[in-house]
Amino acid sequence: MNEIYVDLAVIGGGPAGLASAISAKESGVEKVVVIDRNSWLGGILPQCIHDGFGVEEVGKSLTGPEYAEMYIKKAEEKGIKFMKETMVLSFNKKLQILAVNKKGLYTINSKSIVLATGCREKTRWHALIPGTRPSGIYTAGVAQSFINLYNIMPGKKVVILGSGDVGLIMARRFTLEGAEVAGVVEILPYASGLPRNVVQCLEDYEIPLFLNHTITLIEGKERIEAVTISKVDENMNVIEGSEKRIECDTLLLSLGLIPENEIAKTARIEIDDLTGGAVVNQDFETSIPNTFAVGNCLQVYDTVDVLSIDAKTAGKYAGEKLVYGGKEKFNCIKVVPGNGIRYVVPQKIDRTGKVIISLRVRKPGENLTLVIKAKNKEIFNKKMPWVNPANMVRMEFNVSEEIFSYESIEVELK
Amino acid sequence: MKKIRITCIVCPIGCKIVANKKDDKIEIVGGNKCKRGEKYAIDEILHPKRMVTTSVFVKNGEYPLVSVRTSQPVPKEKVMEIVKEMKKISLEAPVKCGDVIVKNVAGTDADIIATRTVNSIPNSV
Repeated sequence: MNEIYVDLAVIGGGPAGLASAISAKESGVEKVVVIDRNSWLGGILPQCIHDGFGVEEVGKSLTGPEYAEMYIKKAEEKGIKFMKETMVLSFNKKLQILAVNKKGLYTINSKSIVLATGCREKTRWHALIPGTRPSGIYTAGVAQSFINLYNIMPGKKVVILGSGDVGLIMARRFTLEGAEVAGVVEILPYASGLPRNVVQCLEDYEIPLFLNHTITLIEGKERIEAVTISKVDENMNVIEGSEKRIECDTLLLSLGLIPENEIAKTARIEIDDLTGGAVVNQDFETSIPNTFAVGNCLQVYDTVDVLSIDAKTAGKYAGEKLVYGGKEKFNCIKVVPGNGIRYVVPQKIDRTGKVIISLRVRKPGENLTLVIKAKNKEIFNKKMPWVNPANMVRMEFNVSEEIFSYESIEVELK
Repeated sequence: MKKIRITCIVCPIGCKIVANKKDDKIEIVGGNKCKRGEKYAIDEILHPKRMVTTSVFVKNGEYPLVSVRTSQPVPKEKVMEIVKEMKKISLEAPVKCGDVIVKNVAGTDADIIATRTVNSIPNSV
């Protein structure tokens, strides 16, 4: 067993891990190490060859690999150490990480840990699509890595289930690579990806978007041969007689992402069932002191820009806490999602000052108000000209000392 | 006068911009949250442009492909032509992020630029 001693260990070298490592280093932490199981840094970004990254954060529209390169360079300049091709197996409340690579097993003793383990794609088994089990069914991100990294074309006639961003981007990618995209099938009455992707990836290429539809049958013995799509009613029940058969040799699934927290669970970190990520405070600290959660393992972000902004906040705070002990703490109050709200992050607040609350609404709407209540008393509100579950809502909220006389505050949409 | 609705794609918010078009004159009615949206809507109606991102073959590299983009948005109708032209190219590793692969692609004034570094693999016979 190899023993290593570090000040701060970041698990995951994607954008969230890199951004938090850089901020921690900038706030004065000496030994920062980023651990990643891949041979490269940047996580999923190198396969996201389209542009649009960095618009909000740096005011430039970069491609995924360029955005990653920007952070990798900065991390290298700051003297952050990397352990690539290293798999973290577990860690414990004493902040000892067990990891393995070609050279053997490691115990990495750290004073602070940042979890940046990313997310996974939902599979056919999350959507419970009936039919046979042929080859030719891929999650959108896997197909993206095949085409963009390894020069493997998964098929020639494609149907995409789910209108998440990766699915929309792949509809364009397949079209540019000469394949036919027969359609994108979405169970909801609206696209779940960003509007710009609906415009640039579907409308530009006249790819049909079947809203209020789902796949009700997969056919094919060795290879997928066709899918049947059916219309659903407002309760998402399949409307009999609306079936339409579409021949295809490939089915892509873009059903959404789930935070990946298998490593967090080895240390029994408290997980929020609503986000699938860790329960955190306003500085992204989890139920284990000096352990933080950032990026898509905390909550699935719309854009890498906002993800990096939060990861920097977390890294900065993790660093400051190590260097000079952090800010004054109060008793912990809960932040609870109320009417019309699917989830909120952070789930708890334990200091005064400015905090940013991220949340997702349940359904689209216009001219509404977000309200923060403490025991039915309204303490904050923000007008929302429009809301959409596909767009994460962010609101800055100034926490005053009086809030700590309550046990919880509730966020609701009126 | 024609009323046109444009979904802004400059940033992820996706403002729904409403504009009036009379001949080649565009008047923005509203819906945009920033100035960039106004410019985008006018351009999108008169001269729609797109960034092109695709990949190019690389020989003897750590990856078989290098991702590339146009140095600036190009006229929408040129997108397919550019992608097809990129298919014909094969580079020799190493390729550096920022390298200019093709100048003035398809007569658009835009260059094709590598967006990642692909190192060469050490001689493995």
